[in-house]
Amino acid sequence: MIRLDQVTVTYPGAVRPTLRDADLTIPEGELVLVSGRTGVGKSTLLGLLNGLVPHFTGGHLQGTVSIDGTDTRYRAPRELADLVGVVGQDPSAGFVTDVVEDELAYGMEQLGTAPDTMRTRVEETLDLLGIADLRRRPLRSLSGGQQQRVAIGSVLTAHPRVLVLDEPTSALDPTAAEEVLAAVTRLVHDLGVTVVMAEHRMERVVQYADAMLLLPGDGRVIQGTPAGLLATAVSVPPVVRLGRLAGWRPLPLSVRDARRVAAPLRARLAEAPAPRDDSPPAGSTVLAAERITVRYGHVVAVREVSLRLHAGQVTALMGRNGSGKSSLLWAVQGSGSRAAGGVDIDGVDPHDLPGKDARRLVGLVPQTAADLLYLETVQAECEAADREADAAPGTTRAMLDRIVADIDPDQHPRDLSEGQRLALVLAIQLAAAPRVLLLDEPTRGLDYGAKAAFGEVLRELTARGRSVVLATHDVELVAEVADRVVVMAEGEVVADGPVAHILSGSAALAPQVCRVLGGGWLTVGDVERALAGVPT
Amino acid sequence: MSSSGRHVVSHSYWLERDLHPGAWWLWALGLAAAASRTTNPVLLIMLLGVACTVVLARRGDAPWAHAFRLYLWLALAIVVLRVAFRLVFGGGEGGTVLIPSPGIPLPSWAAGVTLFGPVSAESVLGGLYDGLRLAVMVVCIGAANALANPKRMLKAMPGALYETGTVVVVAMSVFPQLAESVLRVRAARRLRGDTSSGLHALRSVVVPVLEDALERSLRLAAAMDSRGYGRSGDASVATRRLTGVLTIGGLLGVCVGVYATLDSSSPRYLAAPLLAVGVGVAVGGFVLSGRRVRCTRYRPDRWRLAELVAAGSGLAAGVLMWMTTRVDPLVLNPSLSVLSWPTVSLLPAIAVLIGAVPAVLTPHPAVEGGAAPAEPGSAVRTSAASSRAVR
Repeated sequence: MIRLDQVTVTYPGAVRPTLRDADLTIPEGELVLVSGRTGVGKSTLLGLLNGLVPHFTGGHLQGTVSIDGTDTRYRAPRELADLVGVVGQDPSAGFVTDVVEDELAYGMEQLGTAPDTMRTRVEETLDLLGIADLRRRPLRSLSGGQQQRVAIGSVLTAHPRVLVLDEPTSALDPTAAEEVLAAVTRLVHDLGVTVVMAEHRMERVVQYADAMLLLPGDGRVIQGTPAGLLATAVSVPPVVRLGRLAGWRPLPLSVRDARRVAAPLRARLAEAPAPRDDSPPAGSTVLAAERITVRYGHVVAVREVSLRLHAGQVTALMGRNGSGKSSLLWAVQGSGSRAAGGVDIDGVDPHDLPGKDARRLVGLVPQTAADLLYLETVQAECEAADREADAAPGTTRAMLDRIVADIDPDQHPRDLSEGQRLALVLAIQLAAAPRVLLLDEPTRGLDYGAKAAFGEVLRELTARGRSVVLATHDVELVAEVADRVVVMAEGEVVADGPVAHILSGSAALAPQVCRVLGGGWLTVGDVERALAGVPT
Repeated sequence: MSSSGRHVVSHSYWLERDLHPGAWWLWALGLAAAASRTTNPVLLIMLLGVACTVVLARRGDAPWAHAFRLYLWLALAIVVLRVAFRLVFGGGEGGTVLIPSPGIPLPSWAAGVTLFGPVSAESVLGGLYDGLRLAVMVVCIGAANALANPKRMLKAMPGALYETGTVVVVAMSVFPQLAESVLRVRAARRLRGDTSSGLHALRSVVVPVLEDALERSLRLAAAMDSRGYGRSGDASVATRRLTGVLTIGGLLGVCVGVYATLDSSSPRYLAAPLLAVGVGVAVGGFVLSGRRVRCTRYRPDRWRLAELVAAGSGLAAGVLMWMTTRVDPLVLNPSLSVLSWPTVSLLPAIAVLIGAVPAVLTPHPAVEGGAAPAEPGSAVRTSAASSRAVR
């Protein structure tokens, strides 16, 4: 179905090709996972499949890309629309119309499909993706998972043979991600669509993949089976790391496979001491929020939430999309609207202070961190941040170097990778030395390596007595870095407790290691430490 | 047989659905044309009431439907401004002085303008009537916007305007996004503790907003390209020019013709003939350029009886009011030189009231949101309706 023959892509001004001599063949009806760190050319590889690279992006293409026998060299992306459907990272950015039904029909209108065919295909697609009840809803009112499914549906109606998905579940909560993946696997099984998917959150998808494309970063593309490639890959999901640690053969890719072979390991671990102290010694209370309420019009986003944050503690704020996490963070910081309630940090409420003073008490990194950046170079941003925080010149740069080394000071902030940009924004906010740091979905789009580095930064911050709150969907990250978990639903706190207690007690939030081993084991690191202390 | 047939017709007539946006626009333009013919405050207030009644009775639950309030505020502002201008500049005329006040003659370069002269009832009323007329026309347009989905209106455009329509749709969705992103960035400025003002502050908001907008539009362009937008844009240069000239020339003709028809002081040969020629030329252009567009439409809105009722009632209001100009001009434009209570005669009153017909005689809009959790309930409703139809 898809064939790449000696493909080399070089962007103008680039020193070396992004992809070099890529050769691969993907047969019809396979689900292929594309994996690799940020910036190794995953998006380029995906863009090649419908001709966006190089027709839309520019760049030099050598070799042949053929989709179902059609050479993309001579066909613009719009001419391939009936063959390849593409859903980008942010589905809402690709919406042309404003209602679900019209969006599903848009592609077919462009192709000149007959009106009766359009009617039937729209109905079929609505059912196939389980979005029939959304048909007349405005697109902007949909949740992330619903938007993603509508975006997939909107390209499916053109009956493409190949579906290309870029990070389809990164921004979604675990349940919404399950919905999207269930829809995708159904397409592969029932309709024989070939799916090519890039996804950082490999733990969610690898079990469904028939084949894997690994981009090691030097321009090569390695094709193989998931089990084969993951045995040696650098970034792997926790269940694979656990499998490697325990020496399981064949390497399990899903929680289910791992659980079948996990009995001996479980028995060994039973003798080990409990992985985590269930009640970590809480530091002194840094911030006390009392009965915070946030409302937008008639919608109550946060309902009388009281929260105490302790020094040296990382608190994870979890809950499905739209459960009030962001509103709570903004209200606590004092910048967001607050209908009622108060925050007490050192006897003052940051809400009553001007922004300059509020950020010395509570710093917030918003979901779209790039909003904070407005200058042309990293250096200029750092200098501006020093001035804004009244810090000594060089403070921000030093902070940045501690988080991520070797960022070229003359680079434009927009050209940084996701991880580097997050580091820059973190450094800017830390320049004001806030006692409490609030982070809204910081690890969106970060690969495993960047997440590990981010975890190190958090540990360093808490070691110096800061209190950190992390709103996120990423249970694996929470298992690694958080001490305490607060779960929100419908604007209220539904659970609040130590991380092991909350995560292992929940069906939706349990990390992979916990699902395999049970009993409060959250991360591969926990298991590794425990095994080191237990005789074999 | 014939009676059951009539049942079916009446049932399907009343089925909830959104009317063709063009019908609402014709209705609103008819009302606006009616308003443009009169300065009689009683008639204008009646027109205002008619427009509001129809909007309240037949608008859906969509965001654009709720924007109607804004048009009402705008209308109020227009009236207030008109009267205020008369108070500030328009003193002096008319004999019935309400507030005697000495004028401030402006220097010679603004000769003839006096600020705050004596305020006469005539000039205030003149401003009020004039402002009211403009305000009612604005409200009529607002009513059309509230009743018809602006995007569906664009979809109903002829094929020739398809691509332009898409561009407009995209541009329309950009504005709320821009507003959102300005709010977001300003909030972010506060997070960074930037309290600066002036040029620096402007830059720190404008740069991220524009970058965001550019990135977003590039992503949208890529998405539209991969979904087949513009697959059939292969017309020769000559054809493209010809259709362009025809379309624009025709539309200009239509504009002048409409103006001449509504403005009774312009020469008559500019009115109907030019309007007809303009429409003809524009239609020619549309047909010519529509031929190369191979796109199809999903669920196009159709013209049915209810559309005729809605459009017809508005147009009838306009035509009747226009006929009144011939019969009874004094009712439409009450004299300002002799102050008296405005009177209303039968013909213009009927004209206005006909405009209210759609409030009663058109089907209700389809239930917005469609997220009917009561799936079985709706099934029951349809089966009940069909059984009644069968009977």
